[in-house]
Order: sequence, then C-alpha cells, then structure tokens
Amino acid sequence: MISLDILVVTVDGLDRGEVEHWIAQEWVRPHQGPEGWLFRDIDVARLRLIRELRYDLALDETALPMVLHLLDQLYATRRHLRRLTNAVDRHAPAEIRDAVVRALGD
Amino acid sequence: MADDPYGTLGIARDATDKQIRSAFLKLAKTSHPDLNPGDPKAEERFKTINAAHDLLSDPERRARFDRGEIDGDGHERPPPGPPPGQRSYREHAQGPGGHHYSSGFEGDEDDLGDILSGMFGARGRAGARREGPDRRYTLAVGFLDAVRGATQRLVLPEGGSLDVRIPPGMQSGQILRLRGKGGSGEPPGDALIEVDVGSHPVFRRDGRDIHLDLPVSVAEAVLGARVTVPTIDGPVTMTIPEGSDTGTRLRLRGKGVPAVGDQPAGDAYATLRVMIGPKDAELARFLRDRTDAPAWNPRTALESAL
Repeated sequence: MISLDILVVTVDGLDRGEVEHWIAQEWVRPHQGPEGWLFRDIDVARLRLIRELRYDLALDETALPMVLHLLDQLYATRRHLRRLTNAVDRHAPAEIRDAVVRALGD
Repeated sequence: MADDPYGTLGIARDATDKQIRSAFLKLAKTSHPDLNPGDPKAEERFKTINAAHDLLSDPERRARFDRGEIDGDGHERPPPGPPPGQRSYREHAQGPGGHHYSSGFEGDEDDLGDILSGMFGARGRAGARREGPDRRYTLAVGFLDAVRGATQRLVLPEGGSLDVRIPPGMQSGQILRLRGKGGSGEPPGDALIEVDVGSHPVFRRDGRDIHLDLPVSVAEAVLGARVTVPTIDGPVTMTIPEGSDTGTRLRLRGKGVPAVGDQPAGDAYATLRVMIGPKDAELARFLRDRTDAPAWNPRTALESAL
C-alpha cells in the first residue's frame, strides 16, 4: 500500500486535490491509516481508470458515478458467475457438467 | 496496428480536429478494456483506436502521415493501459480482492445476488431450501366410512378441495399426510389432515373389534333361535343358543374392522339384551301358576359386591 504523497508522484496524471475529491465522492475507497490514506493496488488501478474515463474518454462528473456503479455491478456479476462455474467444475458430477455444456451450446 | 488511422476511426481524410476527437471518444467509450471485461478483443481494439487518435490529433505527425513519411504505427506516446508490471483495473476487479468495490447490493461475497440464489431453488448457502409450509386441516368422517375406508372430499378454507382417501380402520385423532398438498414452495409442503370420526347409534368400536347390543325376546333367549344381526358390511344370520341371557356375548368372527396390511380383520361381538316385550297374559299366568319355580335371586351379585 502506498500513501497519497507517493501516489501523486508515481502515477501519471493524478492531482492530489482531485484524488481527495474522488475519495470524498466514494468513487475510490482507500484504507484509512493512522497517518492518512493508504492505497492498495486495486485502488491505484481504479484511480487510473477514473482518470482515463474522466479525461481520455471525456466523461463528465455526473455520468462518472453512474458508469462506476454499473461497472461495479458488472464485475460483481462476473465474480458470481466465476464462482458458479468453479463450483460446477469442481463439485458437479461429470454427467451434470456435460448436460450444462450441452444446454448452453443449444 | 492498423495501417490507416482514418479508417480505424471511420473518418474522412479531411476530417477536422473536432471530428477526429468526436469519433475517437465514441469508439473508445465502447472499447475501453476495463468496461469490457468479457471481450478479450477490446484491449487490442482500444490500443488501435488510441494509436490512431494519437497520430491524427498531433498536427505535425498527421501531416507527415498524409505525406507518406511515417506509417500508422509511428506512435511516440506510451500505449494505453497500466504501466509494465502493473495489473489493469479489470484484473483486480475480477480477482479475489474485487469485492472491495462491490456495489451496494452485494453485501458480503457469500451473497450470490438474486439470480444465482434463486438457481435450482437453492439459496446461496447449502441446506436452506425454500420449502413450502405444511398445512393442517380437520376432516369429519362418518363412523362406517372410517371403519370401512372411503374417499371423501375436503373443502379447503383457502379455496379449492382435496380428495382424501381414508384407509379402513381410521380412528379419531389419527393424521393423514398428503405429500405436496400443503403450502407452495420447493418442495411444496404437506397437507396434514386430522380425522374426527363420528359415533354410530348401533355400533361401538374397541380397537379392531366392533360391539353392538342385540335385543332378543324371552322365547329366543330361552329356546334358542336364528336371528338377523346388523354388521358393518350388512346383515348376517346368527344362532342364539338355547338358554342365553342378557349379557351373553356372541362373536361374529371377522366381522369387525377389515384387514389392513398385516393387521387381520377384527371381530364383531353381539351382547344380548333380553326384552320382555308387550304385556303377555299367557306368560303371566304361566309364571303365576307355576309351582316348581327355581329358587333364584338375580341380585345376589349386587349384594355380595357391597
């Protein structure tokens, strides 16, 4: 995990004030350490994504939270789907797996 | 990398800067790899679009490309995406740490959301099924229907009806379970039907045996006779032995509750009740004039019991 000071010098195109604003909007949720924010890898990647959406793709401030929310739902659904396929893969008998594959192939 | 950045962005060679920017944004928004986690080609598409945009949005490089001095690959800016050695947002979000940015409805990661938790009728956690509740009813059954068995319609308070098959020999308080006829669910609940058996003016029941009082005349009791006796499956003829009395109990084998499964049929018992009947002057005279009447007191048993 890295601090806000480290973050703004190591990641291109991130402005300290803007990062604090995005935290206040809860678009990014870093860990609250005793001496300030601590950013995990996923937080850094998300900040980079927010920056790209906001500037490279010119999404405005009002559309951005909606995009993030839909994106979070998309990834949650994909994680659920992954869990389901893993469960079927690891625990379902072979004939069930075959039946599912056949049904999805139709 | 595409050779023709104009073709990549779908614009004319004389497009304005504004048209270039607009075409780029339109395409980039639908192909950003983090917005398309299920499309492995999105990343390549996104890189191509970015490279085309980089080239065409720089007036000097656009002019060099137009003059044929550089080809479509000549980008100088770093390609989009995370720096080398770092993972993209989608790789994080799809990994085990992804639930850190779960949307509000997700709660904890064990909560599978509405679709998967409804799947196969199972909840997310094993064991908990959405079973239908059992429903309890009471069914009044006639004495003979309960003894002989019958099918009876139960009208449900919530509407509809059930045809209840009553096996022979049901007694009050016994419960019939009709699987799947209770509240809806997966699996549906059962209907539990408590049977309330009515009484009968002639027959009484004791276990698998049926009892009745059988009135007989003085002559039938003294002299013996063949009489007709009602049973639960119709009248039968029975012999009253000579010299029978009130309280004499006669058995009709197999005329009780019918056999069910490995339980044999019960018996019927007729307990005689000697009836004097209407006034009989001849009988009265015989008893009065009789000189050799035996000395017998029917109340001896009462006195000895006191």
